[in-house]
Amino acid sequence: MRVSGLFLAGLGIFFGFIGLIYWFTSYEDAGFLMLIGTAILGLMPGGYYLWWSRRMRPLESDLPDATMDDGAGVVDSFPGSSIWPFLIGMGALFATLTFIFGLWLAPIAIALGVSAVIGGVMESRRGGTV
Amino acid sequence: MSLPSRDTSSADTSEGPATPTRERRWKRLAVGLAVGAPLVLGGCNFYPSYGASRGVTTQGQETFKLYSGMMTTGIIVGGLVGLLILYTAFRYRRRSDDMPKQFHESIPIEILYTAIPVLIVAVLFFYTVLTENNVDATVPNNARITTTGAPVLQVKITAFQWGWRFDYPNNNVSVSGETTNGPGGLGPQMVLPVGETVQILLVSNDVIHGFYVRDFNFSRYALPGVQNRFDLNIIHTGLFPGQCTQICGLYHSEMLFTVKGVTPSQFATWTATEIATGHTLQRYPVPASNTPPVYDHVTPSNALAAPSSKKGSL
Amino acid sequence: MTTTVETPDLIEPEEPGGPNGHGPGTHEHESEHAEHGPSGLLKWLTSTDHKVIGKSYMITSLVTFFISGAMALVIRAQLSNPSSSLVNFQTYNELFTMHGSLMLYLFAGPFAFGGLANYIVPLQVGAPDMAYPRLNALSYWLYLSGASMMTLSFVVAGGAASFGWVAYAPLSDSINSPGAGTDMWLMSLALTGFSAIFTGVNLVATIFYLRAPGMTMFRIPIFSWNMLVTGILILIAFPVLFGAVVMLFCDRHFGTHIYSVQGGGVPVLWQHLFWFFGHPEVYILALPYFGIVTDIIPVFSRKPLFGYRGMVFATMSIAALSTGVWAHHMFTTGVVLLPFFSLLSYLIAIPTGIKFFNWIGTMWGGQLSFQTPMLFSIGFLFAFLMGGVTGVLLASPPVDFMTHDTYFVVAHFHQVLIGTTVFAGFAGFYFWYPKMFGRMLNERLGKIHFWLLFIGFWVTFIPQYIVGLKGMPRRVADYLTSNGWTGLNQLSTVGAMVIGTSFLFFLFNLVHSWRKPVPAGDNPWDGGALEWFTSSPPPHHNFTHLPPIRSERPVWDYNHPEHHKDESHGDKRHREHEKETVGASS
Repeated sequence: MRVSGLFLAGLGIFFGFIGLIYWFTSYEDAGFLMLIGTAILGLMPGGYYLWWSRRMRPLESDLPDATMDDGAGVVDSFPGSSIWPFLIGMGALFATLTFIFGLWLAPIAIALGVSAVIGGVMESRRGGTV
Repeated sequence: MSLPSRDTSSADTSEGPATPTRERRWKRLAVGLAVGAPLVLGGCNFYPSYGASRGVTTQGQETFKLYSGMMTTGIIVGGLVGLLILYTAFRYRRRSDDMPKQFHESIPIEILYTAIPVLIVAVLFFYTVLTENNVDATVPNNARITTTGAPVLQVKITAFQWGWRFDYPNNNVSVSGETTNGPGGLGPQMVLPVGETVQILLVSNDVIHGFYVRDFNFSRYALPGVQNRFDLNIIHTGLFPGQCTQICGLYHSEMLFTVKGVTPSQFATWTATEIATGHTLQRYPVPASNTPPVYDHVTPSNALAAPSSKKGSL
Repeated sequence: MTTTVETPDLIEPEEPGGPNGHGPGTHEHESEHAEHGPSGLLKWLTSTDHKVIGKSYMITSLVTFFISGAMALVIRAQLSNPSSSLVNFQTYNELFTMHGSLMLYLFAGPFAFGGLANYIVPLQVGAPDMAYPRLNALSYWLYLSGASMMTLSFVVAGGAASFGWVAYAPLSDSINSPGAGTDMWLMSLALTGFSAIFTGVNLVATIFYLRAPGMTMFRIPIFSWNMLVTGILILIAFPVLFGAVVMLFCDRHFGTHIYSVQGGGVPVLWQHLFWFFGHPEVYILALPYFGIVTDIIPVFSRKPLFGYRGMVFATMSIAALSTGVWAHHMFTTGVVLLPFFSLLSYLIAIPTGIKFFNWIGTMWGGQLSFQTPMLFSIGFLFAFLMGGVTGVLLASPPVDFMTHDTYFVVAHFHQVLIGTTVFAGFAGFYFWYPKMFGRMLNERLGKIHFWLLFIGFWVTFIPQYIVGLKGMPRRVADYLTSNGWTGLNQLSTVGAMVIGTSFLFFLFNLVHSWRKPVPAGDNPWDGGALEWFTSSPPPHHNFTHLPPIRSERPVWDYNHPEHHKDESHGDKRHREHEKETVGASS
């Protein structure tokens, strides 16, 4: 975790540095804000990982002499076949079509999108197929 | 599963293969060429054109020299690396099933091929800054004379869909045209005196256009709502074609113009002729933005359609 | 226990394992799910398996590649003659816009991070799947929707978008580009943009969290490192594009004046936002392909990668710097800070050079064999070398003034993009095809594909550099005979036709491999990364056994233990540990 944290936080510091140089040499708003936003994008998770890496035991994947037995057990849960991603995608498609071709498509988009998101969340809670 | 046991029979080198002295010498020569070339050639007046224009303005000639130097450096560096790839591919093609030595790093070489590009880039950036300061140097806005007392001609260029308008505010002349009409079917012509500083004010009436003259080695966007300013010092007379380089709609490829460099006395004659034929600032109304201005035009003979209907349809 | 391989349409190899099959238990796996889950179309619609999603992405993106390639051939045909009237101005403008858009938004990126990375990264880090399988599936459906929408935008009234793939305001506003085609273009960017963002999240999470035991960050293959950095770049860049697109949409339909001068807006703002996305985007496109080549060259040199840490550092530097150079696309606007962007653009040449020397260093002293993946990788090296050098020229504002928006730039970006996405992309496809489909592609056809492509590539683009220096602008539908550009344009068109022909051999190779399959086995190339340890194609959840992971090529260590010793680099703790156990373990 430490390497990941350093990597992200390092990027964040770099962008903060570049952003400040950019501001004081050009006073250009858009670029400055985007660079600062990028700095925050790196510092936030990077700082979080660094904070946690001191308080947790190392991941097996970060131990150079770990064996497969060390990693034995449940890795994670990986949801199997699920129709909800497809339906959420179709909801998003119809939402964009609504913007292009008119509000008459909105009921389809809302119906598809909302029900698909609800379905997906419920599936997560239930555990879903594996 | 246990770890495979280490084979300690041959020496473990954390550095790469020992390079024989001859190879080292070739490497040093290559490095010297790559770093020294831009410095030496800059002083040597060795400027092949590599297909570009040598420039008819003082600014354009500066740009050309930088371009030529960078191309030479690029050819040397790129050529060396390319030859190295070819050499490696031939020299180390598979001869047998012997396992090659499994080295994976060489700190001295890695430092070398990091430091050399840094040096090359530093030299290139140095020359870039020098050239750029000269190319974009301008007299103050609305100046009538330079610091040395020479006259400054101000020309305001307005780009529009799909033509150009050239106003001479201090001479009461205005020339404009669309697409491929104009002298020689090459669009409207901007006449400029050689040997004098010309201050250009560039703006667009609608979308972003690109003002580009190959012989000036220069281009700049014509932006709506923002006036760009740059200077031109044309060195000798001639006809210099130009074109719009930023996609601006249907007839983007037809948005031609020319620049004609003439002697100052010819320029004075031309000014008088234009005023006499009515091409004054009052002739062409200032168009509201985003409406096609009404200028003199002749349907160009080689256009695919007359540019009378402008937006969107064909 | 033997069971059927999971993909039902694959012809089962005669001998499990094939000519190079080895490794314990790679074919004994549980796939009761294949017998009980959905089948047919419903199986595809509901699949969350990264392998299925990866293959779907690759097929869809290759289809868009061929459609866009056909558009390029029409463009080249039009330009082979001055005043040609093969297509009219409106159609021509739509063609180059959609050629660029399909290639950049729908092929190059999705093929790399949606296709190859989705398939290969979990295998390389030893994970059973991506971190968020359903999000992965959603990414694909968003991509398919966006791709269909963009491709179908030709058929609406007013035609497709026609303002170039960069859509500068005010040309893209409602006055200058009315019509649903532009709106479909914008909305498809929203859909594919979110697809990319979700894939980026998945990549970062998978590589951070789902590595197998012992697979430390500095042991993951460089392809996966590059995909990690690409994932982060995606998270940096695509939200900005989405914001810019939403604002343009509002300008077009909801009466805002963000980009229009009349309402007090700033057209150049679009360029700042777009290029803040656009420049990292081209590195999002390039880095995966660098990673592919970095994985292929060591295998066909029979040596480890030279300078692993240098490669990681170089990739991170390229990504970091690339976020600060966006306005080098705006040098000619006259309103950006030239020295800042020029210096950072020059600096990117340095880590790129490091990568080049590391690739050469990997080949140096090796035993090189030139099968198709290696040929394509070397083709990439030459193509990107020249494209990269001309890029350094463009980092200089005065030189940019004389070449911007001319065919010089067109040649530059085609060399770098084709070098990466086509040469390196097809290198990766030929390299991993045996793993994905369990069968080999024909070597002779692959070599013909390569040589035709390589020759056609240079014949197409060298004349474009020359004609650009002669003054030919880009995005022009015709030109004058008096310009003197005809000969070079004709030569370039001939080259383009040769490139097109080369892909016929590729398609034929695909068909041939399906009708006359040659079983591949687990590790036909003697590769070192983890994906070569499992069967071809891998079973459900990828691995039944894993070798010990002590370097970035665990499968090589497992297969060639006597050639392992120079491998223990990069991890000081491990080296010391090894020294301690040398006496103990024999």
